[in-house]
Amino acid sequence: MMLEMNTRRALQGHIATPRFETPFHPRIAAISETSDWYTWAGYKAPHSVFDEELEYFAIRSTAALFDISPMVKYRIAGPDAERYLNRLTVRNVAKLSTGRVHYTAWCDDHGHVLDDGTLFRLSADTFRLCCQERHLPWLLDSAIGFDVGIEEETMQIAGLALQGPTSFAVLSNAGFDCIERLKPFQLADFPHEDGSVTISRTGFTGDLGYELFVPAEAALSLWDRLWTAGQLHGIRAIGYAALNRARIEAGFIVANADFMTAETALRADRARMPDEIGLEWLVDTEKPNFNGRKAILEARRNQTLKHVLVGLEIEGNIPADGAIIYHRKKHEAGLVSAAIWSPLAKRNIAIASLTRPYGTRLTEDLWVEIYALRELQYQKMMKRARIVPRPFIKLDRRAAAPPGLF
Amino acid sequence: MTSSDPARTSASTSPASFEAPNFDAIVIGGGHNGLTAATLLAQNGRKVIVLEAAESTGGAMRGFEFHPGYCSAGLAHIVNRLDPDVAKLLKLDSKGRRAETLPTVALSPDGKHAVLRGGYGETIDGISQAEMKAFAAMRKKLVFQAGILKRFLKRRPPEIGKVGMSDLSTFAGAGFSLITKGREEGRDFLRMLLMNVADVADEYLSDDRLKGLVAFDATLGIHLGPRSPTSLLGLYYRLTGETDGATGAQHVPQGGMATLAPAFENAAAAAGVTIRTGVHVTRIVADRGAATGVILSTGEQLNASAIVSAIHPQATFLSLCDTAELGTGFVRSISNVRSKGNVAKLDLALERPPTFTGVSSADHRGRLVIARSIAHVEDAFNPAKYGEFSTDPVLEITLPSLANPDLAPSGGATLSALAEFAPYDLKGGWESGKPAFEAIILETLERYAPGLSKSVVASNLMTPADMETQYNLPGGHWHHGELQADQLLINRPVNAAAGYATPLSGLYLASAGSHPGGGISGLPGLLAARHILSERP
Repeated sequence: MMLEMNTRRALQGHIATPRFETPFHPRIAAISETSDWYTWAGYKAPHSVFDEELEYFAIRSTAALFDISPMVKYRIAGPDAERYLNRLTVRNVAKLSTGRVHYTAWCDDHGHVLDDGTLFRLSADTFRLCCQERHLPWLLDSAIGFDVGIEEETMQIAGLALQGPTSFAVLSNAGFDCIERLKPFQLADFPHEDGSVTISRTGFTGDLGYELFVPAEAALSLWDRLWTAGQLHGIRAIGYAALNRARIEAGFIVANADFMTAETALRADRARMPDEIGLEWLVDTEKPNFNGRKAILEARRNQTLKHVLVGLEIEGNIPADGAIIYHRKKHEAGLVSAAIWSPLAKRNIAIASLTRPYGTRLTEDLWVEIYALRELQYQKMMKRARIVPRPFIKLDRRAAAPPGLF
Repeated sequence: MTSSDPARTSASTSPASFEAPNFDAIVIGGGHNGLTAATLLAQNGRKVIVLEAAESTGGAMRGFEFHPGYCSAGLAHIVNRLDPDVAKLLKLDSKGRRAETLPTVALSPDGKHAVLRGGYGETIDGISQAEMKAFAAMRKKLVFQAGILKRFLKRRPPEIGKVGMSDLSTFAGAGFSLITKGREEGRDFLRMLLMNVADVADEYLSDDRLKGLVAFDATLGIHLGPRSPTSLLGLYYRLTGETDGATGAQHVPQGGMATLAPAFENAAAAAGVTIRTGVHVTRIVADRGAATGVILSTGEQLNASAIVSAIHPQATFLSLCDTAELGTGFVRSISNVRSKGNVAKLDLALERPPTFTGVSSADHRGRLVIARSIAHVEDAFNPAKYGEFSTDPVLEITLPSLANPDLAPSGGATLSALAEFAPYDLKGGWESGKPAFEAIILETLERYAPGLSKSVVASNLMTPADMETQYNLPGGHWHHGELQADQLLINRPVNAAAGYATPLSGLYLASAGSHPGGGISGLPGLLAARHILSERP
C-alpha cells in the first residue's frame, strides 16, 4: 500500500512544478531578492528580480539581462521557406537578406492579426520566427503545398536579451570578437564553448542592445560568461516590469496586451487588422499574395477600418493604464492599453486604441479619465491627452555604428 | 514549385504581353456540369473553351468497354434529377421522344416484391391497401417538405451578411408556403428536417420492403446509415429531383444512358463552344488574388477572364492552384471537405439477360433495389464506419443493355449494380478486398436471380479508389463531397467559395462539389454560369 502510494507520488511530480523553468532559472532564482514570478507562455519568469525601479535604470544606464527563453520560437527551413513566409506574413521576406532580422506580423484570411514577431533569416532557406503566442497548427496548415519544414524550438533554444548602453562593452569584454560590426537588425554566429551563439542586434527597449540564442544546454555557461564580463559594466538581471517600461517608451506593442490576437479573441469585434494597431507600414501589397491581403485592401478601399492605435502624451504624472479616453470629455473614444510616467522622456505617456474617426479625423480635444486610488479613496481626474508620434524616446546610441563603449 | 515556375512568374508581367490564345471563359472538366456551364455562357455570346483530360467528354457519364463487346455507360445508370431548365437549355428533348418513367422494384427474398410506379411510388404494386395509404401520406408529407427546400436548390446560396432582395423573397416564399398549410405543417417541417430516415419511415410505414427502400435511397452515396441523424436529408434531396415534370420520377433516356453524354457535348458544340479532349490542365495561373489563365501539360497557356472549374473542388484548389495564392484558412477548410466515397459499381457482362425471380419482364427495365429492411441498410453501413465493406451489401441494379442493346453483343446483356457500403479507405486495401467484395455481390445477385452467376462472361468492379483514378474524383466520391447538412448550401464546398465565385477573382466553381450538389442535374453548372453572366456585363 505504502509502495503504491509512493509510485503514485512519483508520477505526480508535475503537480509540484506546474510551470516550466527556463534554462536560466537556476541563476535567476539564486539572485532573486523579490521572488516575484509570473507566468509567460507556461514558463516561470521574473516579474522583478531585486527592484523594479532600479532594474529599469539598468536598461537605460548600464546593461540589463532579460531571459527571453519563453518566447515562442519556430524554425522554418526548406527550399520553399522564403516563399512560404512571404505568403504567411505581411512583410516582404524576399527583401530580408541572410543575416538580417525584421519585425513582422501575420494575419488570418480575414486580415485579422494572429500575432506579431521577429523573423530571423539564418541562411538562404532557414528562418527563425519568434512570437508571443503559439501557432503550430496554423503554421503547419500554411505549409500545405510548400516544400518546407516547421519545428517549434522554444524548449531547445534558450534566449537572452542584453540591453542598455554598456551592452556592447559587456559583449566585447566577454570576448565576442567583431561584435562591433553588427548593425541594428543584423545577426551573426559567434563561438561559445564547443558550439556557437547567435547574436542579433535587436531588442525590445529602443536602446542599444542584443539578443542571444543558444542551445538550452549552453545556457548557463553563456549566462556566466556575460555575468562575469559585465561586472564592471553594471550588468543586472531584470524582470518583465522593468522591460515593460522600456518597451512603452520605445512605443512597441505587445500581443494580447495592446491588441487581441485573432485566435485568442473570444468576441468577434476584438480582432484587429494591421492598420488598426499601427502596423500598416509592414504590409507590402506589391509582393505576391499573402494571408489577409484581399481583406486588408478591401478594408482600406471601403474605409471600413474601425480602430487606430496611437501614442498619447497625457498631462500630469499619473499613469493612465486602462483608462477610458473621451472626446470633448463626453464621447467615449477609446482605451489606454499601456501607460507609464517615462523617467527618460519626463512625460506621462501611453499607448491607446481609439475608435475611428477619433484618432484619424478627430484628433483634438481628447481627454483621459484617470482614477487614482489614494488611501482607499478614488480621486477621479480628467486629463488632457495629445496624440504624439511613437517612439516616445529616440536614443542615438541604439543605432550608432560602431556602437559606443560606455 | 520553385520561384522560377512559369505559373507564378508569368503573371507578374503584363497579361497583354502574352501571345496566348484568349477566351472569355475556360471550363476545366467536360462533365455534364462543365458542358452545361459552357453552353449557357456560349449562348450568351461568350467565347468558351472546354478542356477535358479524358479522351472524351461526359465526366461520370463517360462510358467504357470493360470486356470485348460489352460496354458500361459510366457511373450514372439512371436519370432522376436532370433539371428541366438544363434539359431545355441543351435541347435534350428536341427529338420529341419522351422516355418512359421507370418503376422501382423493392426486391424481397421471397420473390414477393413491392413495385413503385410513377413519381416515387404514386402507385405501388404488391402491398396492402393500408400500407399504400400510409406510404401515400408519407410521400405527400416529404414531397411537400422537399418542395420547400427545392426553392433554395435552384438559386445561388444566400451570402450571410449580404442577403439580397431575391434571397428575402425566397425565404418569404418558403415561409409563406409553410404558413398557408397551417401551423402544424410548419412545426412538422422543423421537427423532421434533421431527423433520421429510419424514424420517419417507422412513423409512417410497416412494410419492411418500403422501409428498406427509403432507407436505401436516403443514404445512397452518403456516409450515413438510416439511423444516423440527418439521414432524412438524402431522401429530401432525392425528392427535390424531377423527371419529365414528375417529382421523384426516374427514367433512362431513349437509346440508353450512353446517349446522354454526347447530347451534352452536342449542345455545347452547337452553342459554339470549343471542346478539347485529352488535355490536362496542370496549373491555374493566378497572381495576387486574380486567376487569369491555365497552363496545359503541353506547356501551352490559355488566358480568359473567367476560369470555370467543373472538377472536384479539392482537385481545383489543392492540385491546380498554387496554395500561395490562397489563404491558409481557405486551404485548411478545402482540405477538410469530407469526400470519401462509399459506393462501388459492378458492371457485369452476361451471356443472356438475367431473370430476377418474381419480377415481370417489363419491370426488368426499371430500378431493382436490394434493401430488405432498415436494419439491413444500417447493418450494411456499420462496417464502413470502421473501414470495412459490407458482407451483406445493399444494391441498386439496372440492366442497361435493355435500353441500349449496343452495350452488349446480340443475345448478351449487361448489368450495372451500385453496391453499398464500400469505404474508400478500406482497411487492408482494395487490392485484396476487391475480389472478396465482388464475390459477395455476385452471391447476393444470385439469390434474387438464380443462374445469373453462370452466365457471367466478365465483370468489372469499380471501388471508390478506382473511381478516383479513372474519373479523377478525389476520394472516389461522385457528389464531389459528402451531401450532409454541414456541407450544403452556404457551406458547399466551403463557405468562402459557396457562391460559385472563389477567393481568387476570375476563378469559379461549377461541379457537383458546389451548391446544390451531385447527381445528373446540371444545376451547379447552370447556376455557376448564371452567376458569371450576372457579374460581367
